[in-house]
Amino acid sequence: MFDSSFSWNDMQFMLQGAWVTILLTIISMIIGTLAGVVCGMARALLPRSTVPLAWVLDVFRSVPLLIQFVLFNALKSIAGLNWSAFVVACVVLGLYVTAYCTEIVRSGVLSVPLSLRRASRSLGLSYWQDLRQIVMPMATRVAFPGWVNLLLSVMKDTALVMWIGIVELLRASQTIVTRIQEPLLVLCIAGLIYYVMSLVIARLGARLETRWQEND
Amino acid sequence: MFDYSFHWRAAFKALPDMLDGAIVTFETAALSMILGVIIALFLVFMRQGKNRLFRGFAATWISIARNTPSLFQVYILYFGLGSFGLHVSSWAALLAGITINNAGYLAENFRGGLKAVPDTQLRAARSLGMSAPQAYRLIVIPQLLRIVFYPLTNQMVWAVLMTSMGVIVGLNNDLTGVTQDYNVKTFRTFEFFAIAAVLYYLIAKLIVAVARLLSWRLFRY
Repeated sequence: MFDSSFSWNDMQFMLQGAWVTILLTIISMIIGTLAGVVCGMARALLPRSTVPLAWVLDVFRSVPLLIQFVLFNALKSIAGLNWSAFVVACVVLGLYVTAYCTEIVRSGVLSVPLSLRRASRSLGLSYWQDLRQIVMPMATRVAFPGWVNLLLSVMKDTALVMWIGIVELLRASQTIVTRIQEPLLVLCIAGLIYYVMSLVIARLGARLETRWQEND
Repeated sequence: MFDYSFHWRAAFKALPDMLDGAIVTFETAALSMILGVIIALFLVFMRQGKNRLFRGFAATWISIARNTPSLFQVYILYFGLGSFGLHVSSWAALLAGITINNAGYLAENFRGGLKAVPDTQLRAARSLGMSAPQAYRLIVIPQLLRIVFYPLTNQMVWAVLMTSMGVIVGLNNDLTGVTQDYNVKTFRTFEFFAIAAVLYYLIAKLIVAVARLLSWRLFRY
């Protein structure tokens, strides 16, 4: 019962898939966080004039990620861009992260009391100094747990890129399943890898959070 | 560079079928939400109970549901159960997968909500002569509902979006499945999926609007 045709080569194939998952997560998080911080600051500081931005970003949160992948993949072909599926996945996931990160950053910035900002301005700090030295450090602490949650959920959502033909962890395990016909074992290993990755991120996030709180 | 002619007419002809698919999608999501709420309540009480077996079970459920992709959960139900000789339909696998996921996330929400209702409220209600069920029904639940209402709405939208994964395990009568069927027949990928995206957007907005109306009616005092 316990002899299995699951070999070390298969394991390596799955780990390669896991590496693609990690790579996708990191790239899309970098794109999304940079864009999200800019959009989120704009949303918090100029709430009136950036309402259209909020509508646009809301679309990315209300349409399934799977459909976004397919749509963007088709759009890429229509526009004649010769991008690989990996680039498409990074762009779509990046936009998706931007949409969520904007809300996180916005609520972080809005959580800094207005009286504090007035105090810093009346102490002679300029507008940008106030933003950089008073608002940003405080907003970061409020937004950080939300950001870690976003990172975790994006790591899980990367599983959907298999639909546009990228071999990531879940697709790799499916390929092995079709070959050796032992779905339960292979899927359990894939699940375990996901679980460990989530756990590591969550632990690191929690540790960083407590370290930041020590100085408060 | 841009030599593609859009054929929207063919796509609009498929609209009635896609609307039928949208109803299936919504029903699946609603069903998984109802089951998810019930299971989540059980999980919360199991987690607070004294029995170690139940506590471990609830903790395992919640951590697996929250730490693995929902697509993986659907996969293991669809392919994994097959190795026990249990062949579930793709719809059942999808529903069960989303329900597991919903229950895990909602259980955490409920736990946070219960924590936010102060203990003193319950004790005050009991000392005013209410029985335990009365105190829960009249004092704790109304306050809990107010706290978890927004996460509940969010989770419902999430459930609708998650049903789109059914197509990966071969479901063909929900919105994404119907769209994919037409896509395979005509190769008008962009047109069909654009309409599907609009429909998903409308469903999500509808849920948010109804929830807002409900909360305005329920929480007016």
